[in-house]
This record gives sequence, structure tokens and C-alpha cells, in this order.
Amino acid sequence: MHEMSIAANILEIAEQQAAQAQARIINRIEVEVGLLAGVEISALEFCFETARMMSDLTSSSALVIHPVAGRGRCPDCRLDFPVEFFVVLCPVCGQTNVKILQGRELKVRSINVD
Amino acid sequence: MCDHCGCDGPGQEVTYHRPGQDKHHHEGHEHSHDHSHNHDHNHDHGHGSADSASRTLDIEQDILLKNRLLAERNRGWLMAKDILALNLVSSPGSGKTTLLERTIVDLKSELPFFVIEGDQQTLNDAARIDATGAPVIQINTGSGCHLDAEMIQRACRELSPATGSILMIENVGNLVCPALFDLGESAKVVVISVTEGDDKPLKYSHMFAASDLCLINKVDLLPYVDFDLEKCEQAARAVNPQLKILRISAKTGEGLNHWYDWLREHPDRKA
Repeated sequence: MHEMSIAANILEIAEQQAAQAQARIINRIEVEVGLLAGVEISALEFCFETARMMSDLTSSSALVIHPVAGRGRCPDCRLDFPVEFFVVLCPVCGQTNVKILQGRELKVRSINVD
Repeated sequence: MCDHCGCDGPGQEVTYHRPGQDKHHHEGHEHSHDHSHNHDHNHDHGHGSADSASRTLDIEQDILLKNRLLAERNRGWLMAKDILALNLVSSPGSGKTTLLERTIVDLKSELPFFVIEGDQQTLNDAARIDATGAPVIQINTGSGCHLDAEMIQRACRELSPATGSILMIENVGNLVCPALFDLGESAKVVVISVTEGDDKPLKYSHMFAASDLCLINKVDLLPYVDFDLEKCEQAARAVNPQLKILRISAKTGEGLNHWYDWLREHPDRKA
């Protein structure tokens, strides 16, 4: 379950930043998770609930997940379109070699601290 | 806490072992998060007081940045030594270790091999590779479901793969998690066997999308199983149009010459 690694990485980044800002507590951590990133959002939420208890700084932190929908671009007709799965065809010309533009994000956007 | 599984008990830590050497290295929970120390929490407990001003800090940081940076360090180190590093991924039982044994035995007079074995438990695979004569290190991940760049960095230090060699990294048998963790390899090689479902590339598309080469193993068993080779290859190409696919049997040797040519001709090894 790699979502535990992801949760631990989120907390590590948040704690580092909070320590630099001399914060006492992290109220909220906002992250972006691309829907093509290979991370199961419910599993990540589950893991975060356990992992946040390891530190006083994060034990009451809320995790806010912003899902990022997948988008791709056809190399031939330059069309941008939504992508929900890796098997992607350009809806106009049927080209299979579609470039994924977004949806693979795994990012800590911000933290809210006291 | 272990950053792979959330465990904190003994027996769940990452260990490194080289056949013929008694010492076990417990790397364990050295994954550099600082829980349990240096959290200065001895201040007054006035968290909820009305005058406590909460602030939002913009961070915009890649969650896997640490692993990516370490992977790039590994990649640079491997490039400087002209080492071709391959990350072998598959579900358990696809024949990765048998493929490695056969490859090493067939090519050891012309290509130097070094092997990193990844499994949750046991030294069985390292013992099998050791019997071929290739230097090998076993990483046991405990409850961890994948290898990461930090483990490869540590394993490379202990194994010291030679300049111009091929470093085979056999990942933990798992078609999901290893797709996300760059190790610094030159290429990912996904192995699937004909005793599995021919729709596996669609079911586990992340791994097939991330791979460079797909080996369809155990083709000697095709007469006995309902596996449609064409359908499997079509599915794999739908997920990843650039994926190169080879049909092999690590047991009978069928098709292995194409795999060997791929190894010989890979530009990352310039010995």
C-alpha cells in the first residue's frame, strides 16, 4: 500500500515547512492528487488518519485533497480533451499517442498553521 | 514509523543481506523523518486561544520530490559508471528470478551482472542468484510493498557494481506500488506470464504505462492456458504505444536471444 508512503511524505513536507515557520500546530494540509497519479484517494485518507498521530504537530491536522482531472493533447490535431484512463484515443482522429497534460500531480499545495 | 507501512514494531524494518556474509544491516526506520525527536512542543498549550492567528503557507511541493531527487542522484552515479540499471517489475510468480538466473548463466562470459533482489521476506532469491556466481544483495522490505531510491542508494554502496556492468534490480512482486517510485534506473522492464490474465495491461495500466520493455514469459505453456497473446499485446500497446514487447520462455529459452540483443545494444552501457 504505497499510500502510506505518500501520507508519510506529505506529513514530512508539512512538518518541515511548519518548523521553518516556527508554527506550533498544523491545522490543515491541502494537497493536489491527479486522478492519473496511481494514488487511491480513500486509501490515502485512511493512511493519513494513522500517520498524522505520530507527531504532536500533525495529530489534529485535517487533510484536504483537491483531485486534478486528467487531460491529454493529441499530437496530430492539437486537441485538448479529458482523459480518465491510460487507454486514450483522440476523440477526433483516433491517434493513440496522446500526451498527458495533467492528472499525474502529487503535490502539497499549502498548510494552515497556528 | 516506517514510511512504507506505518508499522513501528521490530521485524518490519528494511534489512540488507549479502549471501556468505553473516551481518544483517537493519536500515529500518532511518527514512529521515524526525518523529519522536526535536518537535519542540514544550510551549504553553494555548492552541485554541482567541488571539492565536492562523496562517496559510503556500508550499507547492511535489510529494515524491525526495524520492525523485535521490533517484536522480542514483541515475547520475550509474551513468558515470556506464552501468545499465534495469528495474524488473511484475506480479509475484511471473518468473523474474528464473529469467535472471538464465540470463546471467547464458551471458556471464560476455556481460558482467550485479543483482539487487527485493522481497518482503526471505533470502531465497539472493541465494538463487548467488548460485549463478553474480554478486547479489537482498533487500527485505518487511511490510513495504516496493523498493525506493534510498534503498537502491544503500544497496549500491554495499554491492559496488562495476563500471560497464548491468545492474538488475528485481523489485517486490507487485504491479501497483513500484510504478510510482523511480529508483534511478535506465529502464523499467515489466514481466507478465501467460498463466496470468491477458487483460493485465488494462487492469494495471500504471505499470505498463511506466515501462519501456514488456517480456511475456512462459510462452511454452500457451497450449495449456487460455491466454490470447495478440489480445495481451494489443492491450499493452493501447496503454503504452511506445512499449517494446518480446515473447519469451525463461525455462525453454525460446525468444531469449531477442532479450539478450536488447541488453547488448542498450545505449546506457558503454563498456
